[in-house]
Amino acid sequence: MSGKVVTITSGKGGVGKTTTTANLGVALASLGDKVVCIDSDIGLRNLDVVLGLENRIVYDLVDAVEGRCRVSQAMIRDKRIETLYLIPAAQTRDKNAVSPSDMIKLCNTLREEMDWILIDSPAGIERGFRNAIAPADEVLVVTNPEISAVRDADRIIGLVEAEERGPAKLVINRLKSSMVKRGDMLSAEDVVELLAIPLIGIVPEDENVIVSTNQGQPVALEAKSLAGRSFNNIAKRLKGEDVPWLDLNEKDGIFNRLGRIISGGG
Amino acid sequence: MASFLERLTGKKTSSADQAKERLSLVLIHDRTDLSPENLQSLKDRLIEVISDYVKIDTRQTEIEIKTDGREQTLIANIPLIRPRSRG
Repeated sequence: MSGKVVTITSGKGGVGKTTTTANLGVALASLGDKVVCIDSDIGLRNLDVVLGLENRIVYDLVDAVEGRCRVSQAMIRDKRIETLYLIPAAQTRDKNAVSPSDMIKLCNTLREEMDWILIDSPAGIERGFRNAIAPADEVLVVTNPEISAVRDADRIIGLVEAEERGPAKLVINRLKSSMVKRGDMLSAEDVVELLAIPLIGIVPEDENVIVSTNQGQPVALEAKSLAGRSFNNIAKRLKGEDVPWLDLNEKDGIFNRLGRIISGGG
Repeated sequence: MASFLERLTGKKTSSADQAKERLSLVLIHDRTDLSPENLQSLKDRLIEVISDYVKIDTRQTEIEIKTDGREQTLIANIPLIRPRSRG
């Protein structure tokens, strides 16, 4: 087996890298693939709580890299989907405990057992980011339809190109279609035009993401939520499937339709 | 703040349009590592050098950075003034 390494990064913090990593992990594993998610944000561990696995950590990424445990011992198996694993970040260690070549070595070991190795990158353009993209076969850049997030995404896309890990693919997260409609938010088309890289997914703003994160149950486990369906579609696109784009307005669809009937429109 | 588009069309532009316009400018400067002042000084010096050799119509001169995908190109459109025939 030779698994694929996909790094999820963004430049700006808080745009949804960890949420995207957790949900793509769940979505790919639900399709039957063997997936390991690696939290490479040393000192700011978070993927464990988003996946709901925080109480099961024994060893972490730095333990595995420094040989204090076998790689398999640092892999926490998910309770819900048995083909999903997490390697948590170290919480208390020096940020420079891991190097890009450590990450390449680790991923080469994991490739033999796994179909997918998803790396959750830290924000920023420093060492942590370099660690995260060094082993990548593919890079996903997450952004929000908002000025500072798009600007930082552009910087990151340039750096990914310079490291010959490009072209990166774009995930637009937290799009509010009602705001786009009234001209108060950049549309997905605007963002794609500005950043000029291929789009792999649009995830709408969805309160279910916060509710499910509160519960440690990634939203992709719920087939009904719009955000969950969007993440499942990104997973299928990663696998090479040609998936049609979701209608992100469908949640208020019935009201829109009623409105159109009342106003006599089509 | 009246944006370029507003002044051009006389219409109030949406905040999304303003964001797009501001971003497209800032991305050009980020990608080329060229500040607005340096770009202006580049334009001024370019005109100065060309003027040493030929007569140019400075009112119709256009020098700007065009974006195509992720590539930036410096485009200069500099009309030359035909010299008066001597006689």
